[in-house]
Amino acid sequence: MKTIYMDNNATTQVAPEVFDAIKPYFMDLYGNPSSMHRFGGQVGVEIKKAREQVAKLLNCDPKEIIFTSCGSESDNTAIRSALNAQPDKKHIITTRVEHPAILSLCKYLEKKEGYDVTYLGTDEHGRLDLDEYKSAIRKDTAIVSIMWANNETGNIYPIEEMAKIAKENNVFFHTDAVQAVGKIAIDLEKTPIDMLSLSGHKLHAPKGVGALFVRKRLPFRPFLIGGHQEGSRRAGTENTTGIVALGKACELAHEHMEAENTEVKALRDKLENGLLAAVPDSVLNGDRDNRLPNTSNISFGYVEGEAILLMMDQLGICASSGSACTSGSLEPSHVLRAMGVPFTFAHGSIRFSLSRFNTEEEIDFVLENMPKIIENLRKLSPFSAEIELPTATR
Amino acid sequence: MWEYTDKVKDHFLNPRNAGKLENADGIGEVGSLACGDALTLYIKVEEGIITDAKFQTFGCASAIASSSALTELLIGKPVEEAEKLTNKDIAEYLGGLPREKMHCSVMGQEALEQAIKNMRGEAGTKAEHSHEGELICECFGIFDEEILRAIKENDLKTVEDITNFTKAGGGCGKCLDDLERLLNESKGEGVCETPSAQPEFPAKGMTNIQRMHLIESVIDDEIRPILQNDGGDVSLVDIDKDTVVVKLLGMCSNCPSSKLTLTNLVQGKLQEKVDPAIIVKEG
Repeated sequence: MKTIYMDNNATTQVAPEVFDAIKPYFMDLYGNPSSMHRFGGQVGVEIKKAREQVAKLLNCDPKEIIFTSCGSESDNTAIRSALNAQPDKKHIITTRVEHPAILSLCKYLEKKEGYDVTYLGTDEHGRLDLDEYKSAIRKDTAIVSIMWANNETGNIYPIEEMAKIAKENNVFFHTDAVQAVGKIAIDLEKTPIDMLSLSGHKLHAPKGVGALFVRKRLPFRPFLIGGHQEGSRRAGTENTTGIVALGKACELAHEHMEAENTEVKALRDKLENGLLAAVPDSVLNGDRDNRLPNTSNISFGYVEGEAILLMMDQLGICASSGSACTSGSLEPSHVLRAMGVPFTFAHGSIRFSLSRFNTEEEIDFVLENMPKIIENLRKLSPFSAEIELPTATR
Repeated sequence: MWEYTDKVKDHFLNPRNAGKLENADGIGEVGSLACGDALTLYIKVEEGIITDAKFQTFGCASAIASSSALTELLIGKPVEEAEKLTNKDIAEYLGGLPREKMHCSVMGQEALEQAIKNMRGEAGTKAEHSHEGELICECFGIFDEEILRAIKENDLKTVEDITNFTKAGGGCGKCLDDLERLLNESKGEGVCETPSAQPEFPAKGMTNIQRMHLIESVIDDEIRPILQNDGGDVSLVDIDKDTVVVKLLGMCSNCPSSKLTLTNLVQGKLQEKVDPAIIVKEG
């Protein structure tokens, strides 16, 4: 059975070019880049190159890039650094729809360290309100941390504008751009973002590598303390293979950006429009006009997400769900609930996230099979009598 | 991905006895859309033997498989024996369930109890709480007696176990201290308190889940029959704080007086029977 992978916001296939690029660093070029000998030094040169590749994708200075182990580490580092650098400021602004790497940290800081956190809400399409944001900024606001694009709905937030507003108020601005990097153009020279997180495995590098952009002259406090790696900003022997892979993946992302926004988007739209048309009581979650080109979050009313996913799995189709039963949390996606998606639909949400490795044939296969899956599950449901609303889109 | 046994997968992918049983002698309805799982169990009884059982389930693979297993366990069994079935029997029949999914088997046991009560004329089809106990988990509307029973019957040792078996504590987490207290009580430590304040209106002091159940029952029992007399119907779309969203169906959907129906009948009844603050909108 062929695997049809449509869960690229969870993780991505390592690109063949990336895999080829890192092979030598396992067996032949295994030196420690901090070593004084040439055998290690040549690895250091490759890390420098990777830093330049990452910086080029973001249009920033390579010196502003710190390699980390993942997006979560980058997020934690950014927020901790901002708070430690401004000990008199005790307020944080974020949103209710952030990734747990931000939300869990903020809740911890509230509970254990006495910080005050403002969680911005969204409208029914998951959009943020700039007026609410502006009025949330206080004199003691230490940092604003808002994701560039939402992992569940793909919504893109007005980060450039929000960063500008933060700057006008002398507040540090961090963005978790894990889902945005490689999918949409990012130009850090043109926007006053102070810190930006990214993760390798979301853009066809392996798991276990990330990066944090820290703008020059921004006060910075390391999260990992130890050796002098990364300009003493992040201790620990460099994950050479991961870093080389991330550099190559960023180079490829630059090359494929246009295809991401045309070809991948066209496949996504075909899938999305086909499902919404074929399945009654299915709705699109998110901002239809301002989303990542690869992401579609559709709720199928009156059925439960885990059951849908397992039926899809029987056919080799991989996606994700905001259903409670897939997470063990017992409550459906905090993102969909923040948007006010009714329980009727929140439990049955499925996120399709494509990549440049998906094909039209795969989209056709999903379009052929998904309506049957939903129909079969609805036949089992005690709420099947309620399914008589016309097809709707949000 | 959850580690399901082959039998769970089989009963999920090939559910036995799925569907509605016409002319059932007993019906048990538990769960809700809000909670993420719901089961309606139908039983047919002849001369004290359960001759047929069917189910309709909204939920995950474990919920569907547990419902299917339950019906297989019931068919051919005397009612007296069926009454002794527990959630453990359902889970064992399936070769086990992930601990986090044990509440699906508990849902099956509750539906069975309700169906037998309904068959005997002792209750309606939906499980109703007596409201004499203490509401512990506001997110999922779970009372102390259900939790104490789950602790006793399944020999639960931790708060996490209670959540896995009953869902209590699986939402906002505010009741985790109460769950700890109940665990201690089950070991003979502490005393369970019961609320005694008189409500000023029916929903006063109720949790979201309780209010939701009350709204559902007012719609089912007092509003829908009136609309059906005129060839119409109503379906509940969503509840968000004081806003209740409904859809008028049948004759009511095209009726020129539908706005009046919404305001005077649907909203009026809900304000009278649940909470004066309720506003009804058409979705």
